[in-house]
Amino acid sequence: MTPVQALDFIRVLPEIVLASCAILVMVAEPFVSARHTAALAWVSLIGIVAAGAGNAWMRRFSGPAFGGSIAADPFASYFVYLLLLAAALTLLGSVRYLETNQVHHGEFYALLLLGTTGACLMVAATELIMIFIGLEISSISTYILAGFRRADKRSNEACLKYFLLGSFATAFLLYGIAFIYGLTGTTNLVQLSEKLSAPGARPPLLWIALILAFVGLGFKVSTVPFHIWTPDVYQGAPAPVTAFLSVAPKAAAFAVILRVFLGGLASAGALVFWLLWISALLTMCLGNLAALWQTNIKRLLAYSAIAHAGYVLVGMAAAKAAGPEAGEGIASVLFYLAAYALMNVAAFILVAHLAGAGERYQEADDCTGLAYQRPGVAACLTLLLVSLSGFPATAGFFAKFYVFRAAIHAHLIGLTLVAVLNSVVAVYYYLRVVVAMYMREGNPRASASPLPWPLGAALALSLVGIFYLGLFPTPFVRLANLAASPLP
Amino acid sequence: MNFFHTHVLSIVLFFPLAGLIPLLFIPGENKNALRWWANIVFLADFLLALLLVFWFGKEPAQEGLFKFVEKHTWIPSIGAQYHLGIDGISFLLIMLTLVLGFLSVLSSWTAIQERVKEYYAMFLLLQVGMLGVFMSLDFFLFYVFWEVMLVPMYFIIGVWGGPRKLYAAIKFFLYTLAGSVLMLLGILTLYFRYHRDTGVYTFNLLDLMQHANSWPLELQFWVFWAFMIGFAIKVPMFPFHTWLPDAHVEAPTAGSVILAGVLLKMGTYGFIRFSLPLLPQASSNPKVVKIMVTLSIIAIIYGALVSLMQRDMKKLIAYSSVSHLGFCTLGIFALNPHGLSGSVIQQINHGISTGALFLIVGLIYERRHTREIAELGGLSNVMPVYATLFMIVMLSSIGLPLLNGFIGEFTILQGAFEVNWRWAAWAVVGIVLGAAYLLWLYQRTMFGPCDNPKNQVLKDLNLREAMTLIPLILWAFWIGLYPKPFFKVLEQPVTAIVERVNPGFGTQQAVSQAGVPSPVSEVTGGRGE
Repeated sequence: MTPVQALDFIRVLPEIVLASCAILVMVAEPFVSARHTAALAWVSLIGIVAAGAGNAWMRRFSGPAFGGSIAADPFASYFVYLLLLAAALTLLGSVRYLETNQVHHGEFYALLLLGTTGACLMVAATELIMIFIGLEISSISTYILAGFRRADKRSNEACLKYFLLGSFATAFLLYGIAFIYGLTGTTNLVQLSEKLSAPGARPPLLWIALILAFVGLGFKVSTVPFHIWTPDVYQGAPAPVTAFLSVAPKAAAFAVILRVFLGGLASAGALVFWLLWISALLTMCLGNLAALWQTNIKRLLAYSAIAHAGYVLVGMAAAKAAGPEAGEGIASVLFYLAAYALMNVAAFILVAHLAGAGERYQEADDCTGLAYQRPGVAACLTLLLVSLSGFPATAGFFAKFYVFRAAIHAHLIGLTLVAVLNSVVAVYYYLRVVVAMYMREGNPRASASPLPWPLGAALALSLVGIFYLGLFPTPFVRLANLAASPLP
Repeated sequence: MNFFHTHVLSIVLFFPLAGLIPLLFIPGENKNALRWWANIVFLADFLLALLLVFWFGKEPAQEGLFKFVEKHTWIPSIGAQYHLGIDGISFLLIMLTLVLGFLSVLSSWTAIQERVKEYYAMFLLLQVGMLGVFMSLDFFLFYVFWEVMLVPMYFIIGVWGGPRKLYAAIKFFLYTLAGSVLMLLGILTLYFRYHRDTGVYTFNLLDLMQHANSWPLELQFWVFWAFMIGFAIKVPMFPFHTWLPDAHVEAPTAGSVILAGVLLKMGTYGFIRFSLPLLPQASSNPKVVKIMVTLSIIAIIYGALVSLMQRDMKKLIAYSSVSHLGFCTLGIFALNPHGLSGSVIQQINHGISTGALFLIVGLIYERRHTREIAELGGLSNVMPVYATLFMIVMLSSIGLPLLNGFIGEFTILQGAFEVNWRWAAWAVVGIVLGAAYLLWLYQRTMFGPCDNPKNQVLKDLNLREAMTLIPLILWAFWIGLYPKPFFKVLEQPVTAIVERVNPGFGTQQAVSQAGVPSPVSEVTGGRGE
């Protein structure tokens, strides 16, 4: 065991900044009067920005930390940015939401920051136990966040469901890790990869370990058939929390899947490929088909989030199928997740606003005629939905295109065909909300109050990002490729 | 001027988008200001494009036969470029788009009273998409415009449409989208094949074309069918046409004009621009040709028969589009210069005639709020100007000599006849039926006693309304009387395409022309001199 050095701490700078900021918020909370709770939000936002700056500064110190359990590499750095972005947008979207719902407590921000910290640890971890710790930090914070509206039955249901099923899933993951350790004698991904790729070293029960670990992570990214909790939790949790839930833990879990299944356990070829292939197929199809029947916008977006996980898995299957040239597939996954983060967080925080106090108006029909009361809000939601459905000039299109390109390149023609047809089906349910807003006569029940400025800023940022990624994706593609290249 | 000259396509393309920004700042209550502004933008864009008419002949071809080429890197990581350029075929279609765009916006002046700002905003966006489709020489860029265009059209049908607008809009949207994603897979297949052959990723149409002949037949077949579904839905060819009547009937008048006049042409344009040159062996395969021609002939006759049965004027014209577009696809798959150039001319003709017919239906709908043929009758007594203009338009659609329809249909038949006289014979049935349903429509609505009291008080057209039709009628006469400039513009690109799909055709033709004087070359006005 190498002794801990200062460099080790620099390599986890974003996590340190986030955790300290979370503690600061928690300590300060009792001393801040109820009217000024918003100040804690700004402190948290500064923390997030500082973590981002730390992440940028850290780039010149990249390398393994804490005896190889953490890696500060471009891959981690990319995901940390992504997670910080999701956290920042969520934060901007939740300030007024918490006020109108009278749950404006400083703990919210502390938990949000801790959830982000956990997710950041997950993406940087190159050691299975570290991954588990990160996962737990992130999960426990989000369990509480899901039940943040204590007085609300649905929020409680969401919390309990998320907690029970989530714990169950982590148990699976842990079980898988135990198996891997038992079979190979290590939990370090780099060593694992070396041991497994050595000639003749194929432990007989590795497939059980693989499946167990995949089930555990599959829960987190809500792949079918481990998605059962998703619609209820996404619908019941406070909408800004859903925004965060649908992006940060999911992106982090995808990062872990990439690191573990395409990095550490990469030599366990065919089984991993088929696991990815089958879950991609099922996740896309079931997510989209189930979404077709939803009228509740939150639930609809929950199923859409499941379907998007399916497209991401297509990219992963492509990366796996491409063998040594996995970089293209991985880059497409990374790009997709960035686009997804922008669209999904923005959509959920906008829905949080529209649903009004107590989130009473979540149905698509509640938005009837919104376009003529609040043209700006309706146009904004339309653009987000158009991007989610993958129309050109938006990030959603280029992300899908990039994934499909990788998949065709890896000769996954059948899977790609299913994916493109799915994206056609998806348009139908995304348009349901647009139809209500623009094409039906009536007065909207949804909140027609003007957008609070933090939410407006978050939406503006997302929309600019969406069009930037859609029209000029080159810098981001380069970033994603850079991050994808050195996967352990 | 030099900058203007080299970037003329971009300027024409994005002018409506630039016009959109001031439009968004005009307050929504000020409807007349919105109308004036939108009309001015469309007219100005058309006038800008008129420069193209003057420059086009003199401009030297830069890449292949393409002129006014603009090429910039866009997304280098995937090899997509911002690459514009036009040849004779796209030039004509762009002019059609600009004319119909302006006229349809002009025709909406009184028809649209609700949500005026959004309406014009959608039309401006739609215009950008349509122009972009015809200008793109990069497959990725093309696809972006092709898809982007769907959204405004969806809104135009869904917001300002008739009673079943929601159903029609979503049907239009999903059908077209399903076709285009399959096309995307085809595009990607070619893209990767090109990469395998050369090690370069590119969506550049001209580069892909250079390699087209080396692609194995099987690959070409797969891609051909992927493209074919995408384009055939757009055309729409039988049996992919079922979205069309719904969309046309429910769309507002201007939407129908654009839908019929321009959007349907994108399918046929796709065949000409992409399927034929990129997949020459597959497109000229006898089996493929047989299938495509059979579907075209079915569309011609079926569309005409269904038109005969219609009681709703707009639906009648919608089905007549299926029939007319059948001629266009028949001409394309005759794979000879007559067929192809006839097809392009017929596409323009269809845009003119059917666009005008939809305007005519819109004018009566605005007055009577019905399109039922049985509700009308004897209108020539109360609306003489309207009846006269309607008659000219109707005759042009039927294909009466001296008017545009004749030139297009005749040239297509000539092309079809050169390959197989049976094709021409079947297609002629469609022409006869076409005359029947249109004349019958005219007779039922315009002639006879005007005994419905509601019809007796109808006002004739005002100047603005007449002006929406007159430019189209003038254009119809121009093509009908002096089609030579149109054929001349088409000659080079059409020959080049025929040369690709039907290698050696030109030499055969030269031999046969030297031996036996071609009896048909006189009729088309000395084309190709």
